[in-house]
Amino acid sequence: MTNRLTISLSPHEKGDVQIEKIMWGVVIALIPAFLASVYYYGFQALRVIVVTLVFCIGLEYLIQKYVLKLKKITALDGSAAITGLLLAFNVPSSIPTWMLFAGSVFAIGIAKMTFGGLGKNPFNPALVGRAFMLASFPVQMTSWPVPMKNIWSLGADAVTSATPLGLLKEGVKAGETVQQLAHKMPSYLDMFLGNIGGCIGEVSALAILIGGIYMLYKKIITWHIPIFYLLSLGIFTGIFWLVNPAKFADPLFHILAGGAMLGAWFMATDMVTSPMSIKGQIIFAVMGGILCGAIRLLGTYPEGCSYSILIMNAFVPLIDKYAKPKRFGTEVNYGG
Amino acid sequence: MKLKTFKIGGVHPPENKISANMAIQVLGLPKQVSIPLSQHLGAPSVPLVKQGDIVKTGTLIARKADAFISANIHSSVSGKVLRIDDVMDATGYRNKAIIIQVEEDVWEESIDRSPELKKDIDCSPEEIVKKIEDMGIVGLGGAAFPTHIKYMVSGDRKAPDTLIINGVECEPYLTSDYRLMLEKTDEIMVGITIMMKAAKTPKAVIGIEANKPDAIVKMQEKAKDYPGIEVIGLKVQYPQGAEKQLIKALVNREVPSGRLPLDVGVIVNNVGTAFAVYEAVQKNKPLIDRVVTFTGKKLKKTGNFLARIGVPSTMLLEATGETMPETTAKIISGGPMMGKAVSTLEIPITKGTSGLVILDEAEAKRIPTSNCIRCAKCASVCPMGLEPYLLQKLAYREYFDRCETEAITDCIECGSCSYTCPSSLPLLDYIRFGKSNVLRIQRERRPK
Repeated sequence: MTNRLTISLSPHEKGDVQIEKIMWGVVIALIPAFLASVYYYGFQALRVIVVTLVFCIGLEYLIQKYVLKLKKITALDGSAAITGLLLAFNVPSSIPTWMLFAGSVFAIGIAKMTFGGLGKNPFNPALVGRAFMLASFPVQMTSWPVPMKNIWSLGADAVTSATPLGLLKEGVKAGETVQQLAHKMPSYLDMFLGNIGGCIGEVSALAILIGGIYMLYKKIITWHIPIFYLLSLGIFTGIFWLVNPAKFADPLFHILAGGAMLGAWFMATDMVTSPMSIKGQIIFAVMGGILCGAIRLLGTYPEGCSYSILIMNAFVPLIDKYAKPKRFGTEVNYGG
Repeated sequence: MKLKTFKIGGVHPPENKISANMAIQVLGLPKQVSIPLSQHLGAPSVPLVKQGDIVKTGTLIARKADAFISANIHSSVSGKVLRIDDVMDATGYRNKAIIIQVEEDVWEESIDRSPELKKDIDCSPEEIVKKIEDMGIVGLGGAAFPTHIKYMVSGDRKAPDTLIINGVECEPYLTSDYRLMLEKTDEIMVGITIMMKAAKTPKAVIGIEANKPDAIVKMQEKAKDYPGIEVIGLKVQYPQGAEKQLIKALVNREVPSGRLPLDVGVIVNNVGTAFAVYEAVQKNKPLIDRVVTFTGKKLKKTGNFLARIGVPSTMLLEATGETMPETTAKIISGGPMMGKAVSTLEIPITKGTSGLVILDEAEAKRIPTSNCIRCAKCASVCPMGLEPYLLQKLAYREYFDRCETEAITDCIECGSCSYTCPSSLPLLDYIRFGKSNVLRIQRERRPK
């Protein structure tokens, strides 16, 4: 018997769920979307994902080791990998590598590490990185290579298409009705599978759904945020569609198009930047869905998902303050 | 069939009921015993013996203090009182204890030592409560709350309509209640009938978790012979053995914050207590022994022992014929979720000792902490619907006023939050710190 017994307060048991397990679980859940992006955009998607991953994990390591001089380096805990993957998923495949580097510096360096690293960042780092890139490189961030075309050529392909949301926005602006635009639009099946122009990771609703279901199964997330986000987006856009179907697209289109699926399943559910209580998560998701719809329908940008989540991130402390879990003993039942 | 359970929070730690198949063995007597004067919740008892006194097994050696919450203590052995001295107990502090040198095993004549089951209850409800008080019965589930107080329904309180018996044993490792339910089923049933009579309730409900199917079956079989007793199997979920959670699970009533089970018309007692009540009322036997589990993953032999109060815990180790495993890094008095880590096996077994668990280095090691990642798992497992992450932060910053408004005093210290935290934050350590400060402030605030 060792003569050194540990004396500590209870509990003396510890569950086996660690940060790494949760974070790498999310990375596993992102694999279907990764495969879909490579399937549709080939070599360029692979390049984007690999370099962003290397940049994000490497930057986190360098900052922790040489800037913050931490004893415990946590660059491989999986959270930097998630940021890297999500940032890569949020850009077109034709984006130059150096822009990805700039985005990674902003995501990891500014949005995450300056606030104190994992758990302290008020905004989702990948979305901050994307917002930074969209503001800095608006042209490169909105030119969309055509999926399944010349995807294994090593040079950048000059052929570009538009995203369904972009098509819609431009078309309606030019005075066309949704019905007139219909022949230019991809089918819902293509949108569901991902055979459309867009950011490499957001195109395939199917792949994202598989990852989302995996996270639900592994209890990494609860269903509340994604379902309420998509429902509220659907209802908000649905009201506009019912009022004026010539000008506004139907709710299913809005749920499948753009980053709504990726945002709802992987970015709004980011535990660090979402509310703690289920009640709070529902408020967060519903408001996020409405914001996303409002930006898409009423704003100048065709896409609103990432901004809607970033804006709601800012409301999280407030939501946490008022949306409390239900306390035991409030349901007074004297029985009988 | 959907099993009943409580609604908010809960975790399911590995059960590790290693000693479940070990029948209860009677533990022998040591050369001397140390019987602490403070084995129960409330004021320490007042010693009635002095150095050199000769006592018998069952002699009253310390009476209940004049405070409302206190209990009698009886000698668990016969022999000579050596001295009254400070002895280290499970709290880690040295507290007053009566040390008795063991000479033979002579029992008080009033105690009926025959093994026959005595079913007929001769006592009136008042006599039962008096007997429970005289015989020093306290709750054997762990908290050691003097049992008679629960049955003193006073003044304006509504009389209870249901007696709830806790056979849950939701702590990992521990098996003493389980063995008792299997081996002393009839005695427990009579004990429950006695308690029903004392509380004047027509109904008793026994809750047992589904991981003890044979205990459920056996108790259900026997319950048929005893009117008003119902046995309910519960879904395995920790902390189901906590009073408020058990009441919610069995009769779907919520005890409001700061209130007692009696406020929702129930009294809760442990199966072990029911057995002790049986012995006290039917056999005149004071609470001088109890069943203790001795277990650990690295022990070759584990067991459940009927041990006299005051016996050093090393006796349990000797009884298994083992030496302490080389890797032992932590000894816990009680279960691993709510028990106390002790610094030595020399501590005496008291009325509240439900078991001793030996953990090795790997199990005892605290994992380095990380930042809170706001995963909300602590809030989702809290059975009281609190926000442990928030309470931890507030307690850390010593914002005790906010701790109070966030209901830190509702915390039952079950440890589900710390157990589940992926960042390995010692949430409950901070919450305890905050809670004790809030309780202190509340005491000071009361008009003198």
